[in-house]
Amino acid sequence: MAKNNNVARASRRGGGNPFRGSLVNLFYVPTLLLLVLFIIYPLISGIGLSFTNWDGYNIDKAFVGLANYKSMFTDGNFPAIVANTFIYGVGSTVVQQILGLALALLLNARIKGKTVIRAIIYLPALVAPVVMGIMYYFIFQYQQGALNQIRVWMGMDKVAWFNNTQFSIAIIVIVNSIQFVGISMIIYLAGLQTMDAEVLEAAEVDGAYGWKKFWHVQLPLLAPSFTTSVVLNLIGGMKLYDMIKVLTNGGPGYSTNSLSTYISTVYFDNQAAGYASSIGVFLFILIVVVTFLVNKGLEKLDWE
Amino acid sequence: MGKKQSSGQVVYSRKDFQRGRWAIYLFLGIVMLCQLLPFYLAITTSLKPADDMSSALIPRTSDLAWDNWVSAVTEGGILTSVVNSIIVTVCTTILVCVLGAAAAYPLARRTTRLNKFVSAFILSMMMIPPLSILVPLYSFLVKLNGANTYWGVVLVLTATNLPLSVFLYTAFIRAIPRAIDEAGTIDGANKFQVFIRLILPMLKPVTATVVIMTGSTVWNDYSLSSYILTDPEVQTIAPRVASFFSANTNNLGIAAAAALIAAAPMVIAYLFLQRYFIAGMIAGSVK
Repeated sequence: MAKNNNVARASRRGGGNPFRGSLVNLFYVPTLLLLVLFIIYPLISGIGLSFTNWDGYNIDKAFVGLANYKSMFTDGNFPAIVANTFIYGVGSTVVQQILGLALALLLNARIKGKTVIRAIIYLPALVAPVVMGIMYYFIFQYQQGALNQIRVWMGMDKVAWFNNTQFSIAIIVIVNSIQFVGISMIIYLAGLQTMDAEVLEAAEVDGAYGWKKFWHVQLPLLAPSFTTSVVLNLIGGMKLYDMIKVLTNGGPGYSTNSLSTYISTVYFDNQAAGYASSIGVFLFILIVVVTFLVNKGLEKLDWE
Repeated sequence: MGKKQSSGQVVYSRKDFQRGRWAIYLFLGIVMLCQLLPFYLAITTSLKPADDMSSALIPRTSDLAWDNWVSAVTEGGILTSVVNSIIVTVCTTILVCVLGAAAAYPLARRTTRLNKFVSAFILSMMMIPPLSILVPLYSFLVKLNGANTYWGVVLVLTATNLPLSVFLYTAFIRAIPRAIDEAGTIDGANKFQVFIRLILPMLKPVTATVVIMTGSTVWNDYSLSSYILTDPEVQTIAPRVASFFSANTNNLGIAAAAALIAAAPMVIAYLFLQRYFIAGMIAGSVK
């Protein structure tokens, strides 16, 4: 009787929802607890620490107000590090979109052995960036590196790539892009494969082939894949840490640091935990703002 | 004129395609070469003794320095760290699946205002860069005596991997007809029983995705793991290989062998589970 009543009441509510009781919400309590303990609490206490001069080891720390935030403006390394963070983000995004889209288009055509080709191109993406970084190091290393050997064969001198800031930054961007180009490729491939065959057929009937078809029909349909891939690559590049640590460790000097690597250097090497916290807060806000702006911008860019 | 295939693969007209065919294969060949080159260089380097200064491009043909591999295992403690990685990865993945599936159930089925907020809150956690909370997180763990412990790193990585898992499970459960839950309720089961007996068994496909995504992220994690685990006895593979590499810049052969050992489990898993990796990647990218 009570059961019948339940069902009746449920269906009267329209949705037939048997989950009126909020007891089932207990299911997400452990998850929330972990998130609050290990992400939210650190985030908030990090904001607190950013107003102190804590060294990371002593119990003593003093409130210093906005001093740490002001140091960002006087820290001679800081502008270059913020610039690097954007270069890693934007550079990787550009390279991965061009290469990823090109690969997806080619692999969507009738190509022999495309399963194997796709598998090989995706392969580096699933190995740890630090491990891949060590392997990429053998391309650019001075004495035994592959690139310098090719230069020697061509009658040129060896170059100490990692002694030069510009080369180092370019290498980090290229290596990060190449390692993860498979991800962009797969996102675009998925977009291409869900494309409605009828739309494409209709386009052909209307006389759209080759470039014309690609530009006016396929590309606009790829807008959602583009948004996904751009946001993923941009944020991934701006958070870049592992690859820099293993390839240059921020050097020469501080010149190839990203905000992420600089935080760890300031905290553990310079023992300025307060300042490191303030950079952490800065990085967090930067990522939130960039994510928001890019999502908004790409929303408008709804081709068609 | 292009021919249409079942999955809508009409890209080029056939004439266009034939004309450019060799260029396409050349381009794909170069990209594949780039992707395989680092592995090749690591292999050739790992077989050269420290005094062989020849380029990594040229493989050594005789007197291969297999002892690099032995040193990587004995001096580098690579095997210990593989075991550590297995422990940390398995525990984290189990927790992420169990807690993620449980959390997703009310979020998918009871879309109250509170639960919508909770969903958005959990999802927004994915935006936080791990390094931005490094300082307070590390000092918090030290206070809890959780630095250099398995449970410390497992709880932290569970927290950072849960949002994606909750997101994937929620989307999947939403697609399961509510009629199933209702039928269960009519048969007298309560919500907990409905979840355990009816919903849970249906979550296998999405669980495969979550396991692959979480498993590979945890196995490859370096940024947080390298600070939480500094003692080689408990260190996982990525931080171990990285610190072994920076300690052996004048004997690249050992570092190369260590890197290859670290990469092997992921590459082997990928060979067998390729389809799941790619499906998981697509599912994960929608965040």
